[in-house]
This record gives sequence, C-alpha cells and structure tokens, in this order.
Amino acid sequence: MTSVDFPAVLPEVVLALYAMVALMVAVYTGKDRMAGLVTWATVAVLLAIAAWIGLSGSGDVSAFGGLIQSDAFSRFAKVTVLLGGASVLAMGYGWLKRHNINRFEYPLLVALSIVGMMVMVSAGDLMTLYMGLELQSLALYVLASFRRDSVISTEAGLKYFVLGSLSSGILLYGASLVYGFAGTTNFAGILSTIEGGHATVGVLFGIVFILVGLGFKVSAVPFHMWTPDVYEGSPTPVTAFFATAPKVAAMALIARVTNDAFGNARADWTQVIAFLSVLSMFLGAVGGIAQRDLKRLMAYSSISHMGFAMLGLAAGTAEGVQSMLIYMAIYVTMNVGTFAFILAMERDGKPVSDIPSLNLYAKSEPLKALAVLILMFSLAGVPPMLGFFAKFAVLKAAVDAQMGWLAVLGVIASVIGAFYYLRIVYYMYFGQEGAVLTTRMTASQWLMLVASAAVMVLGVINLFGIEGAATAAADVLVR
Amino acid sequence: MAHLLSIITFLPLVAAAVLALFLRGDSPAAQRNAKWLALLVTLATFVLSIPLLTEFDPAKGFQFVEEAEWIMGLRYKMGVDGISVLFVLLTTFLMPLVIWSAWGAEKRVKEYMIAFLVLEGLMIGVFTALDLMLFYLFFEAGLIPMFLIIGIWGGKDRIYASFKFFLYTFLGSVLMLVAMIVMYRDAGTTDIPTLMTHTFASETISLWGFRIVGGVQTLLWFAFFASFAVKLPMWPVHTWLPDAHVQAPTAGSVVLAAILLKMGGYGFLRFSLPMFPVASDLLQPLMFWLSAIAVVYTSLVALAQSDMKKLIAYSSVAHMGYVTLGIFSFNQQGLDGAIFQMLSHGFISGALFLCVGVIYDRMHTREIDAYGGLVNRMPAYALIFMFFTMANVGLPGTSGFVGEFLTLMGAFQVDTWVALVATTGVILSAAYALWLYRRITFGALVKEGLKSISDMTTREKAIFAPLVAMTLLLGVYPSLVTDITGPAVAQLNEHVKAALPQTDAAAATATH
Repeated sequence: MTSVDFPAVLPEVVLALYAMVALMVAVYTGKDRMAGLVTWATVAVLLAIAAWIGLSGSGDVSAFGGLIQSDAFSRFAKVTVLLGGASVLAMGYGWLKRHNINRFEYPLLVALSIVGMMVMVSAGDLMTLYMGLELQSLALYVLASFRRDSVISTEAGLKYFVLGSLSSGILLYGASLVYGFAGTTNFAGILSTIEGGHATVGVLFGIVFILVGLGFKVSAVPFHMWTPDVYEGSPTPVTAFFATAPKVAAMALIARVTNDAFGNARADWTQVIAFLSVLSMFLGAVGGIAQRDLKRLMAYSSISHMGFAMLGLAAGTAEGVQSMLIYMAIYVTMNVGTFAFILAMERDGKPVSDIPSLNLYAKSEPLKALAVLILMFSLAGVPPMLGFFAKFAVLKAAVDAQMGWLAVLGVIASVIGAFYYLRIVYYMYFGQEGAVLTTRMTASQWLMLVASAAVMVLGVINLFGIEGAATAAADVLVR
Repeated sequence: MAHLLSIITFLPLVAAAVLALFLRGDSPAAQRNAKWLALLVTLATFVLSIPLLTEFDPAKGFQFVEEAEWIMGLRYKMGVDGISVLFVLLTTFLMPLVIWSAWGAEKRVKEYMIAFLVLEGLMIGVFTALDLMLFYLFFEAGLIPMFLIIGIWGGKDRIYASFKFFLYTFLGSVLMLVAMIVMYRDAGTTDIPTLMTHTFASETISLWGFRIVGGVQTLLWFAFFASFAVKLPMWPVHTWLPDAHVQAPTAGSVVLAAILLKMGGYGFLRFSLPMFPVASDLLQPLMFWLSAIAVVYTSLVALAQSDMKKLIAYSSVAHMGYVTLGIFSFNQQGLDGAIFQMLSHGFISGALFLCVGVIYDRMHTREIDAYGGLVNRMPAYALIFMFFTMANVGLPGTSGFVGEFLTLMGAFQVDTWVALVATTGVILSAAYALWLYRRITFGALVKEGLKSISDMTTREKAIFAPLVAMTLLLGVYPSLVTDITGPAVAQLNEHVKAALPQTDAAAATATH
C-alpha cells in the first residue's frame, strides 16, 4: 500500500470506521435509545461523504494494483448512492419510531451496505466486485428481516437470502470461469485477453453467469421473482432503501464489468442485456397491472425501470452508459419521493399500502396529492416530467446504436406500464368516498415528497447539471 | 415585445402554479377568486397575443423566434409562421370563453381552473414550438390536464373514457417519439426549420423481408401518422373521441373539439408534409380514401345517435375528414382550405358543444329524446343553435362553407372520385344536423320538465356573441385567413413539389 493508493479508498474507510465505532458506542451506551442520534449522525456522515466525493477529486486513480478504480464514473455512482441512502434514512426514521422498531442497528446496517456499494462501483477486479457485492448483500439480507417479530418480514429476509446466495454462487462460478480462461481476475487484464471482438467460449460462459448473478441484484427478468415478495414483506423504510441505492450500485457494477472487463466483446454481452431489458420492461409493465398493494406495485415498477436502464447499457456505447446514469439518478429521485409518501400512508393508526385506500385523497390533501400525481406521471414517462427525459435518453442511445427495434418495444412497454400509474391518479382524484387515509408526515418525509416532485418539474430546465457529470463518467468507462 | 411567445405560453402555466400553491380553501370566496384569476389571465393572454396578428408579416417565414440552449443537445426554440400563428390566436381567443362558460362550476373549482390554465399554456406551446422535442413535450403534456378534466368532472362513465383517451393517444405518440429520435440521429438536429429542409432517405429498403417503398421516409411517416391520426382523429382510430366527448364536461368538450383536435392537422402540415414529401405523395391515395370513408361513415353514424354530444362528436370526425383531404391534395386551395376548415371548425364545434351545455345545465341529460319544442320557451337559444347548425352544415355566408368548399375543390383537382364521395358528406351533414335541430327545438313542447325551462342568460349570450361574429366574419371575408396562410402554404407546396421525383411533380402541377 502506498500513499497514492490510500486516498482512493479513504471515503469507504471513513464510512466503515464510522459504522463500527458508532456500533460499539451505541452498544455500550444507550442501545436503542441512541437510535435517533445514530440515524441523524449517519445521515450527516453520508451527506458529508457525498459532498466530499462530489466536490473533491477529478481524474482517475487506479489503486492497489487495479483492484480499485476511483474515477468520474465511480464518483457519479457513489454520490447517487450516498444521497439516495441518506434520503431514505432521513425519511424512514419517523416510520420506525412510530412503529417501535427504531433499533440503532438499522442506520448502521444501511451504512455498511453503502460501503459495499461504494466498493462495487469502483471495482477493478473480480475479487473486489465480489467483496463489495457480498458486503452489500449481507447487510441487505439482515435489513429485509429487520422486523424480527413479523412472519412476513422474516419470510422476505429468508427468501432474499436463499435466492441471493444462489445468485452469488452463480456469479462466483462465472467469475471462476473467466479467471480460468482469461488467466486473471483483473478487469484490464481480462480486457486484453479478448481479441477479435468476441470472447472465447469459456469466457463467454463466464460473462453470462456473471450477468445472471448481477441480473438478480437489479431484479431483471427472469431473475426478478424475489422482488415483489421482498418489497411487500420488508418494513417500508427498508423497501424504500431496496428500491433506490442498491439498484444504482448494481446497475453501475454491470456497466463497470461489461465495459471495463469485456469491452472488447461488446457484441456478446449487448445481446444478453438487450434480452434482459426487453423482458424486464414488459414483465414489469404487465405484472403491475393487477396489483392492489402499492409496495408490490413499486416492485413491478422498479423491474420495468431496470429494463429501461438496461436499454441504455444494451447500446454498448458511451452515450448508452451516460443515459443509464441519468436514468438511475432520476429513478432514485422519483422513488425517494414515492416512498416518502408510502411511508406516511396510514389508516386508523396502522400503516396501509393498498391502492384503493387512496380514494379521493386529493380532496383532503391537495398539495401532497399533486406531488404524487407529478411523481406518477414522471414514473410513467409523460413529459414534461423528468421521467420522460430519462426515457428519452435511453431511447436515443438505443436508436443511435442501431437498435431501433429495442426502442419501439420500449415505448410500447411504457404505454402498458402507464396504466398502473394512471390507476393511482385515478384513485386519488376520481375515486369514491370511503374510509379516509391519513398521511401525517414528518418534516423530512414532507420535504422528500415535495422536493422530489419539484425536481421532476423544474429539472426540465437544465437537469440540475447532472448531464455533464454523467457524460464525464461515461467517457471514463467507454473508451 | 421580446419573448412574446414565451410569455403567452408560460403566463397561464405560472397562473396555474400560483393558484395551486397559494390559493387555499374551498370557500365560495376562494372559488370566486380562482374563477376571476383564470378569466383575467386568459384574457390577458389573449390581449398579449394580439400583436402576433398585427405585427405578423405573411411574406416572411418564421417570426417572433426565440432560441436558447437546452438539455441533451436540444434547443428551446419558439416561433410562428403563417401556418401556426392563427392556431395560437384561436387558442387564446377561445380560452377566456371556455373559462367563462365554466362559471357555473361548483365541484372543485380551483382544480378545474388550474387544469384549464395548464392546458392553455401547453396548447399554445404545441403551436409555437420549433424544436422537435419541445413540440413533443407540449403535445404529450396536454394529455395530463385533459385526463384529469374528463376523469374528475366528467359524466357517468368518465373513468373508462379518461383511460381510453389517455392510453389511446399515448400509444400513438410514443411511436412518434421513436421516429423523432431517428430523425434527430439522421439530421443531427431537432430544429424544426432545419428539419423541414433536410432530405430524409426515400430509397426503397427491405426490412425483415418486406419491401418498403419510400424507405425511411415511409416508416417515419407512419410513426407520425400513428400519432396525428389518433389525435385528429381519423377513421378508423377515432373511437376514443365520442367516448371522451360524451363524458367530458362542457368546457372540456369545447377545448377538445375546438383546439386539441387541431393539433393532429397541424402536425400533418408541420411535419408529415414538409419533412416526408415523398412518403406523403406515395401515401396520398391512402389518406384520401381514409378521409372520404371518414366523411361518409361517421356522418352515417352521426345520423343514428341518440346522444347529442355523441352526434356532434361524430360530426367533428367527419369535418376533420375534410381537413386531411385538403392537406393531402398538395395544392393551394386544398391546403388553405384545410387550415381554414380547422379554424372554422374551432369556432363552430366549440359553439355547438356550448349549445349542448346550455340545455344540459338546465335538464342534466344529453338524450335527444328528452327535448323537443324548445323554441317555444327559448327563442334566443333556438336562434343561436340554428345559426351554428347551419354553419356546421356549411351554409354559404358562414365559415363552414369556405373550408368545405376549398378542401373539396383541392381534392377534386387530384382525384374526382374521392371528391365525389366526400361531397356526399355535405348532404349527410345537412341531414343529421337539421334532424338534430328539429328534434330538439321544433315540435310541440309536451315534456313536463321542459315547460319551465328558461332562456339563455346574458352571460350565455355574451359567450356566444364573439363566436357568431367570427363565424360570420370568416364566412363573408375569408381573405382574413387566407392572406396570412397563403404565402406560407405556397412555400410549403413548392417545397413538397420540389422534393418529389420529377415525373410526379410534373403530373401534380398539370392538375394545378
């Protein structure tokens, strides 16, 4: 380890150390009475690190003999992950407190999984890839079954664990195949062994297995089966977390490994990703139609959105990667807003998440309903909301890469998917009189909901400048 | 004034935001404030838009142009030419009347006004946008307020109608989105004036074993067709319109018929014709026959309706058939006539839906059979309804005549048979419109409920007055419109002719 290597991982080290120190302090002092303090401290640390990464550094550093790549791409993904994680923590606290499960471990598990994600997005080697992925996943398995006394939450955790380990195994098998046939685990090394535009059969099998493993993490069809159950079963703040940061990290990891390690065999993996993308877009769109539970609906919605993000990756160009990053940043913002609302949904003091309970919500809470309306149309990809520009970016990348047919399938899927978002608007605005839904929001929930809706509208002006950052990030990856 | 187009586009949107964020409560006072603000803003927008007409120079191309950098390589560009300027004025002219006609609304008034203000801004944006994506943005965003207007304030089956409206038109336009991206890739810009001079490949290509004559142009043309044909709407993709009209509240129907439908026709003029001339020429017979079938078929369907709004909705589809007939005749009369027909239909169909609204407000039914003999109790209403029925039929002296005559003349020069079939629509329209009028106003006043019906109030009369004036004015002095549209149309026409392969161009000029 040299002095050049160390700064590249300093943010991860700081966050990991913070998590461990906070864990010890909380255990030996107030335990769960410290939950509030730990939560807000974690939010502050995450925000500080996001600002640190976002404002500092430019240029690429390849540290520890290529194990870690700290570059514009990883910075973009890390900032998105950190901001997403911080928002979810801030708005979830009120919910956990109300339902008496505000354990101090919760924010720290989130922090540890974020450390994993940060390692994932800057992986430069199959080893780091796996390390980061497992660190993230282990924390997430615990989070899914975080509500220990609830059968459904335990079930969700178990399902997630069993399927998640299976996928990790598949991924590891793929990694070993690649190692066996390429002779190295280093991305740059693998890249140099692939010649003539196509991978050898052994490496090809390795690529497919790795993509299967990663496809599970982003809940791409046909590896999506766990998603609705885990989303529904987990406590809502955890669901909100699942829907945001891990998706960005896993999607960025797919971009990283496909371009950095297998960039010379584009034609091989773009097909696989295009296939996953089309299936995800359609299954997500069709599967959501009959859902009555908002959390399950958001599961299908995220499946569909992952399909769209992969549409950008399937293009296999720098523009494609850029569009994927923009897509994910907008996706995270929309989901934070939507989950801020779901967290606040209550009837008679009990949390509810069934869609019909939204009946005529707009009458009692016009402003919040308007914010949800904006988010729903944004999720559906209707202009002028930002969700449209996310779709526009990936569609353009696909068309520019001569994949017009993918773009046509994509827009058809988006029309099918529009139905269920409209259904939510329909319940809120045109429904019948019924039991009243209350949404007493904490300040942070209100802020997240209104701010994300405002971002969806005002972002039309200049996308808040993320376009340039995403372009720089994509240029690092695709040379 | 600098940035005039941006101001009139965003003024209603800003007003809507102010209403949404700052006006609290649902008290009668708050409702009144919402209505007055909406009315004043739409009036101010109209006043501000008048310089568009007075300072417009028909001889020049795009005017009042504004340009700025935007995101993702797109540009924020606004401007109007002879084709679009009158649509902007139609919108700003009609919106205060629409708001005023909704004066009696009681249900969620604030939201109602917000929806209409947003809709106005977006509609103006559609006609002024000079960037493909900016156009698409306004074009699509208009679905949101209309979805809410039908869904919240509509009739019994409003939910079915609103979903059908949204998904039908959304599916049409997403295909256009893909086509726009392809054009962006091909031409390297989304600037509409530049794209209008860009030549898209028209060599025959083979796709999955199909031979596609006209190549890329044909494919792009069909993608745009999917969007505009649904929006206009053309037979056979018109089925969403009667549902939407019947369920929409009166003011919603007026906006839908008078302005939203025109976006389809405007789209054909702005995109399909100048950008894909070869494909347009190639598919001219298709458009002609679809239009002719639309005119005859929907007129016959209108005859069989028992619901007033549905009848007028079908009559709208028939009248839009003349528009496509005129647009695809590629000659001065046809194109001028198509624009004229759209403007005139904006006044006439808007007024007809208002007429239905007047008696619907009193009786709360749209069934034709529920009325009869209204002339005895409502002489003023009978007179105004008669005037617009005649205008709808195309009586000389009203604007309806000029539009139909010009489009049919344009079509006649290209294909006599199509013109013959389409002309029967004129007779059929007289049949259904006069029959509707007879059943509602004439005969003995026997229905119990009608015996105490009151005639139009001063407010209602005042709403109709500008519409009557415009219909008459354009009917007796059509040059008001054609002087403005003429040069732009001539230029468009020349451009299309020049882009066609030589033999076609010769044949087309021979019929001129």
